[in-house]
Amino acid sequence: MSEAQTLERPVEAKAKYNLIDCDIHPSMKSPAEIHPYLSQRWRDHLATYGGHTRQGLSETLSHPRMVPEVSRVDSWPPAGGPPGSDLPFLREQHLDGLGIDLGVLVPLRFNASGQRHPDLAVALATAINDWQIGKFLEPEPRLRGSIIATQEDPASAVAEINRRASDKRFLQILLPPRSIEPLGKRRHWPIFEAAVSHNLPISMHVGGVGGHQATGAGWPSYYIEEHHSQVQTMEAVIASLIFEGVFEQFPQLKLSFVEGGFSWVPAYGWRMDKAWAAMRDEVPHVKRQPSEYLRENIWFTTQPMEEPNPAKNLADTLRWIGTDRLMFSTDYPHWDFDDPRYAFKVPLTADEKAAIFAGNAVNFYGLN
Amino acid sequence: MARHVVAKVDELDTGKSKLVKVAGRDIALFNVKGEFFAIANRCPHEGADLCRGQMVGLAESDEPGQYRMTRHGELVRCPWHGWEFDIRTGKSWCDPARTRVKSFDVSVSKGGALTEGPYQAETFPVSIDEDYVVVEI
Repeated sequence: MSEAQTLERPVEAKAKYNLIDCDIHPSMKSPAEIHPYLSQRWRDHLATYGGHTRQGLSETLSHPRMVPEVSRVDSWPPAGGPPGSDLPFLREQHLDGLGIDLGVLVPLRFNASGQRHPDLAVALATAINDWQIGKFLEPEPRLRGSIIATQEDPASAVAEINRRASDKRFLQILLPPRSIEPLGKRRHWPIFEAAVSHNLPISMHVGGVGGHQATGAGWPSYYIEEHHSQVQTMEAVIASLIFEGVFEQFPQLKLSFVEGGFSWVPAYGWRMDKAWAAMRDEVPHVKRQPSEYLRENIWFTTQPMEEPNPAKNLADTLRWIGTDRLMFSTDYPHWDFDDPRYAFKVPLTADEKAAIFAGNAVNFYGLN
Repeated sequence: MARHVVAKVDELDTGKSKLVKVAGRDIALFNVKGEFFAIANRCPHEGADLCRGQMVGLAESDEPGQYRMTRHGELVRCPWHGWEFDIRTGKSWCDPARTRVKSFDVSVSKGGALTEGPYQAETFPVSIDEDYVVVEI
């Protein structure tokens, strides 16, 4: 082949994003890091009364975790502070280390949606959004933010979403799956209306404190036991969204379910479809098979990767869900982190891999 | 097979671990109560550095409500997903038949004994009076 022919061959444009991480947890050197983003009134309030979420021992995690700060042992920054609190080290170990083109922050600190004091909840949500900008989004263009919004107070949530929507550094609205009532309830619909009007997807990351027991069967004894209850919660949220008719009312609504696993999704769809065939007339506003909404309105992130034996069996599950619906995530710096180089032991085509590692997130977040 | 001097005995206290590079390989070196052991550094699951893992004991139970801790400091727990490996053998506790990291023979020698014979000590000078950790690869 001559040189001229080589030069004339159409060259495919290099993809802008090859690796997008949909779940990075930023943290603070100390809780006082939020102070510059709160008014004196709320700094005084926190110093005097503290925050109180809807659970016993309200300043603790809902269950003891496996390792300090729930984090990889090797993710503590050499310069001090907890994992995820030091931007230079986050860059070096995670963004540069793995070649991540875009990382989405999922801040969990202060749990604004779970705060019982309604005005403190709003102040904290706004402060955490400003803190994301000041500490991470301004200095590091590879990082994008999540709009923290107070799910239990939809009017305030909508105000916060409206305030942030024009700032394209925020890619999504973050809501907790554990809440006082399931997400699909009509009182939450103003949040969906705002999301759709701004073309912002909603992300549900495991956790939240709605004041209820972690499982329908009561409080688990162990972390390993409680860990699995996240799946039940995700299932409950999905059923609520579908059967309340949210996707009929807001067909453009996009949601991602983060860190709740995904191998249960196909079976859950089959089961809902079977029930719908029998009981459809109880919810005539649900016009299509439940699995169709699942397939069209909902995305799932991959971490913690499912690891069946043999690993190749996972290929069927991935394709049942839709390889266009799965988005790569690491959960950095948390202990159950997935490494993009080694987490996928299942054989996938080059196109499927490209979609899972970046393309699906580009579509979900509307980055193209 | 060659024997490689990888560390001075007194630079690795009991209960500590260290990454050493030998013949192009990353090896995690451990001091378990004064004995030295070496295993491949890379966790076979997702590739984390085992030299960064906590050295733990073995928690066992014969029945619910009873606990037994033995073999203190003889297992390393992967710094990411917590998989436990027996530092003496490199075998995973949960899946010893299929999941294991390579284990290497380790000995301790006086510097004087290392000045002759088939030893590789490229990385640092060896003095006659001190004790050294030697890994065989």
